[in-house]
Amino acid sequence: MTECASAQPRYDRSAITLVTGVIGADTHIVGNRILSMALEKEGFKVVALGALTPADEFVKAAIETAADGIMMSSLYGQGELDCRGFRDLCVEAGLEDILIYVGGNLVVGKQDWADVEKRFLAMGFDRAFPPGTRTDDVVRALDADFAERTTRQRAS
Amino acid sequence: MNLQVCEPAALLIDFGSTYTKLRAVGLETGAILGAGQGPSTVTTDVNRGLDAALKDLESHLGGLPEFRHRLASSSAAGGLRMVTVGLVKELTAEAARRAALGAGAKLVGTFAYRLTRADLAEIENLAPDILLLAGGTDGGNAEVVLHNAEALAGAELGGPVIYAGNRTAADEVADILDRGGKTVVVAGNVMPEFNVLNIEPARAAIRGVFIDRIVHAKGIDRAAGRFDAVMMPTPAAVLEGARLLAQGTASQPGLGELLVVDIGGATTDVHSVAKGDPSREGVIVHGLPEPFAKRTVEGDLGMRHNARAIVDLAGAAAVAADAGLDEDRVEALLAAIDADVERLPQTDEEHAFDRALARAAVTQAVARHAGTVKVVQTVTGPATLQEGKDLGRVETVIGTGGALAHGRDPADVLAAALADPGDPSSLRPRAPRFLIDREYLLYAVGLLVEPAPEAALKLGLAHLSDVTPQTTGGAAHERAIHVG
Repeated sequence: MTECASAQPRYDRSAITLVTGVIGADTHIVGNRILSMALEKEGFKVVALGALTPADEFVKAAIETAADGIMMSSLYGQGELDCRGFRDLCVEAGLEDILIYVGGNLVVGKQDWADVEKRFLAMGFDRAFPPGTRTDDVVRALDADFAERTTRQRAS
Repeated sequence: MNLQVCEPAALLIDFGSTYTKLRAVGLETGAILGAGQGPSTVTTDVNRGLDAALKDLESHLGGLPEFRHRLASSSAAGGLRMVTVGLVKELTAEAARRAALGAGAKLVGTFAYRLTRADLAEIENLAPDILLLAGGTDGGNAEVVLHNAEALAGAELGGPVIYAGNRTAADEVADILDRGGKTVVVAGNVMPEFNVLNIEPARAAIRGVFIDRIVHAKGIDRAAGRFDAVMMPTPAAVLEGARLLAQGTASQPGLGELLVVDIGGATTDVHSVAKGDPSREGVIVHGLPEPFAKRTVEGDLGMRHNARAIVDLAGAAAVAADAGLDEDRVEALLAAIDADVERLPQTDEEHAFDRALARAAVTQAVARHAGTVKVVQTVTGPATLQEGKDLGRVETVIGTGGALAHGRDPADVLAAALADPGDPSSLRPRAPRFLIDREYLLYAVGLLVEPAPEAALKLGLAHLSDVTPQTTGGAAHERAIHVG
């Protein structure tokens, strides 16, 4: 690896639990598995739900494990349908503040990524990642978001 | 009759809700030396029923041998009544349920998420013998179990609390309950990691509390000097017996994966000793992992107290057709059962009706116990998802309970447990052999597992009768079973 994700995160990665999985009737597990392994290697606690995971199972797993974030993949073009209302589902379950990332081939056909990203952020996702994202980029994003949250918590 | 017993013997006692049952078993041969029965007298003095049963046994044996082991199980005084509390219904709440059922409990209430005031009032009203509190993976959610511990600490609970939730919160939960004057036993988490089922420590804790406290609370220890121990609730003994019959011992092979169907007057119990892995290739297993030895209880399926519930569920027309009766007769027979739940079938019509009731109960109970598959269409083609156990390859189905032990055609009743080609989504046994536990000794096998496993296995194998219908023509006839 030429670039290091983040040498010294300003928070304790081992205190962070992340739920990973592929949402909906989607069997494409490889990318999500690579991400799960990379996150574990970087020191996060990972709860991997695997392929074909319904939206409510992400929420249930996050409740039992007191997860800090949900990392959802979708590769088969139905992501927009599957992910609609997911933030609401989390809010309903008392997980208002949980961090939610989504990544993969989120929509059908060739669409402008900026537009796709905007739609997913509007749906309540904290971040959306295009196809071909490197795991390091995800880790950097997590570091930034959790460091910011830690600072905010200390301030309040 | 003279006492002629040349081998060391064990006395196996079942303090039931109706009878006190005894079996004297030879520890070398695993033979039943004799049986005795008395009334259930747990509500007054347990010794009276035991005296009567021993007298009955003595009259059959011509004396009583010296017993090396005297072991008891109990389902008297309402059984081991338990309430379970978990976090997410399908996760830790389900794991807690399975632990309690596997320990032979009668589940009277199951709760999930935060306990409300109404929940607490209900729990107080249920007055369980033991409450099992779970929730959160280790290092996971602690907030809800702490909230529930606070709530339970202030509730009127007679029995102890077993805590089998998030390990990180265990000390705090124990302190909170202790301050509230509750007895607490801490066991391993029923779900230490997400989707990892770990019910053995909770099962062991339930059994420990049962032996130490419940036996006393139920008044069974009045006869304490007359047996070594009340080992476990009767349903747990049946599950242990089933496990031994399936797995065998170091020197004797068992029967392989099996299913036990126990049709009672109020409930139908199903026990499976099977891994339940998919029997077809490419099937993806989903949901909480299944315990190898699993017990489910259907509280709405019973031959007498719940006869009407069975008919309502299966449909009066279907039951009537299966029994070869018209619906008016079915209603009349149901009314007769409602009026007298002790009633045993006398006429051909009553036998036919009982057979249809039992078949409907077995169909429902086994379908609920067995796993299911569904096909999901994905972009890469259809994918098959399995939830629960695939029992398709189970080789043996054992039937017990009055309707099977004394019914006219037990094989026909057990056939209702089989997979239905018209409903491939239900993963029930495809082509098992049928065995009947006519002498009601699965509990005795289970009690003997610990002190004398070889004798226990011999006892079970020698007394189950094979009633599998012969496909090569002719009527079913009973045979000795062959193993290995």
